[in-house]
Amino acid sequence: MLYRTAGQFKTSYKTDQALFPIRQDAILLAIILVFVWVIFPLTASEFTFQAILIPVLIFALASMGLNILTGFAGQLSLGTGAFMGVGAYACYKMITLMPWMNPIVAILLSGVFSAGIGVVFGIPSLRIKGFYLAIATLAAQFFLVWLFEKWAWLYNYNSSGAIQVPNLEMFGTYISGPQAASVTEYYVVLFVVTLLTMLCINLTRGNLGRTWKATRDMDIAAELIGINLMKSKLTAFAISSYIVGVAGALYVFMWKGAAEPNVFDIPLSFQVLFIAIIGGLGSIMGNFLGAILIVGLPVVLNLLPNLLGIPIDSAMVEHLNIMIVGSLIIFFLIIEPHGLARLWALIREKLIIWPFPH
Amino acid sequence: MKDTEGYMTADGRQIGGVLMEMKNITLRFGGVVAIQDISFDIREGEIRAIIGPNGAGKSSMLNVISGFYTPSEGEVWYKGSKRPPMKPFEVARLGVARTFQNIALFEGMSVLDNVMTGRLTHMHAGIGAQALWWGKARDEEIENRRKVEEVIDFLEIQAIRKTPVGNLPYGLKKRVELARALAAEPSILLLDEPMAGMNVEEKEDMSRFILDVNDEFGTTIALIEHDMGVVMDLSDRVVVMDYGKKIGDGTPDEVRNNQDVIDAYLGVAH
Repeated sequence: MLYRTAGQFKTSYKTDQALFPIRQDAILLAIILVFVWVIFPLTASEFTFQAILIPVLIFALASMGLNILTGFAGQLSLGTGAFMGVGAYACYKMITLMPWMNPIVAILLSGVFSAGIGVVFGIPSLRIKGFYLAIATLAAQFFLVWLFEKWAWLYNYNSSGAIQVPNLEMFGTYISGPQAASVTEYYVVLFVVTLLTMLCINLTRGNLGRTWKATRDMDIAAELIGINLMKSKLTAFAISSYIVGVAGALYVFMWKGAAEPNVFDIPLSFQVLFIAIIGGLGSIMGNFLGAILIVGLPVVLNLLPNLLGIPIDSAMVEHLNIMIVGSLIIFFLIIEPHGLARLWALIREKLIIWPFPH
Repeated sequence: MKDTEGYMTADGRQIGGVLMEMKNITLRFGGVVAIQDISFDIREGEIRAIIGPNGAGKSSMLNVISGFYTPSEGEVWYKGSKRPPMKPFEVARLGVARTFQNIALFEGMSVLDNVMTGRLTHMHAGIGAQALWWGKARDEEIENRRKVEEVIDFLEIQAIRKTPVGNLPYGLKKRVELARALAAEPSILLLDEPMAGMNVEEKEDMSRFILDVNDEFGTTIALIEHDMGVVMDLSDRVVVMDYGKKIGDGTPDEVRNNQDVIDAYLGVAH
């Protein structure tokens, strides 16, 4: 009843190609935007910001970057963690070398460095695909993390070997570093994520998106209808790595506050990959659903026993978390390979005709 | 070598000059000779068929035309000049579109998106404009959508335009593939067994579409087909291949009465 689309006629291709051809989708998004931009910041506690809101957004962004490459362009990558690291270190170097730089500009620029390195490590994709490409990107993962450890210039010769986020000011308020308020950090992250999500939606529904999907679905046919596969794959690597790099910069500057090289090791790559798979490969919205699940699950598992009055120790919670995430991944791979985004699409289809059977 | 003479077909259509010419094409894979010293031309506006028994080298020939294989020897002349060795996507951008023997659609995309990929060579907006969905990028989307809808109307697949291709039956997939190739507005359209695996009705539909495409858009068509009835009815001129060699070339009637062709198809007593 709520999702009835009858009576919404399109009279031009422009309206048919609009972002939300169905009015209810636009209303739903508007409600979500009001929540994330107004209601959450007004009501959320310090704990909610740090444990849920900020990490969900950052992981969703990283997963979106990976999804461009793996879900849309069909190129497997296991190097996401390292590319996040490139973004974080690039941002750190820019901020410390040029302290006058606007932090948001620095964060957005740091993606450029990871994009460049992503393209270099994407070159093998021109010759190999599938699992073999995944192994090649694994090389990037190990090499870059090794570089973060050994190249002291990257962390300004700190004795700790870690990067520390300084206090960064913009318009008279601290937006990053130990003195920044969580709500400010949240708004910065939200701004960057909203901006990049918008650009990604447009890219994936336009000509470049079709080029990527054609490359993913059947590369030989794609080449014979006039797609330059090299260009298609390398732009996917560049744009994907750009987004992942920005996510990495946000991860350190807006959330962790400090990072050692091993933060960017392979478990981070896998965490982002799980979000993309559970959320749905080849979907933009899926990244957010997946991130909510993967980030939110441990928090809920921690809080739930206390609320129910069941005594449980934290090690047990951690084990439970690993077990549940593991079984969820197996569940999704078998039941719904297209992830949460596909589930939502099915529910939406049902809602459109509800309460009639067809 | 532009030849402007042309000829008149039996049903009164005027065929133009040479659009594409294959000169002494030889294609080897290691020791195997797939195509041996074959020459023929394709004229503007005609329907040209390549036939032959299994393994005669027909598909290899089509792959040479579409740039997927580079011939070991010989030259491909296109629109009056020699075509240098180039990548398949560059050949496609010169106006050569094709369909495939085993359907090669993009299964994860809708019919509309599949046909839109055919317009890729006509879209030039930069990444920035596309990311903002603004200016040239948006205009191009709308302009090309209009072209695509013309093709969709023409091939009568309006009802399925938003269906994912993976869910379609075989005959419709073949038609969507034709739509994708047509959307590119090619100078020459290559069809690799457009009727393979179809029932009589679907074959009739497909034949009608091929004739209509040729008639309405004036598209030059080169096709490979096994169904002799279809080939003889549709095509203006036929090349016959056997074991990688050309054994016949001419109008359907000439080919039908050619002794070499009869021997190749029916066998010959030794």
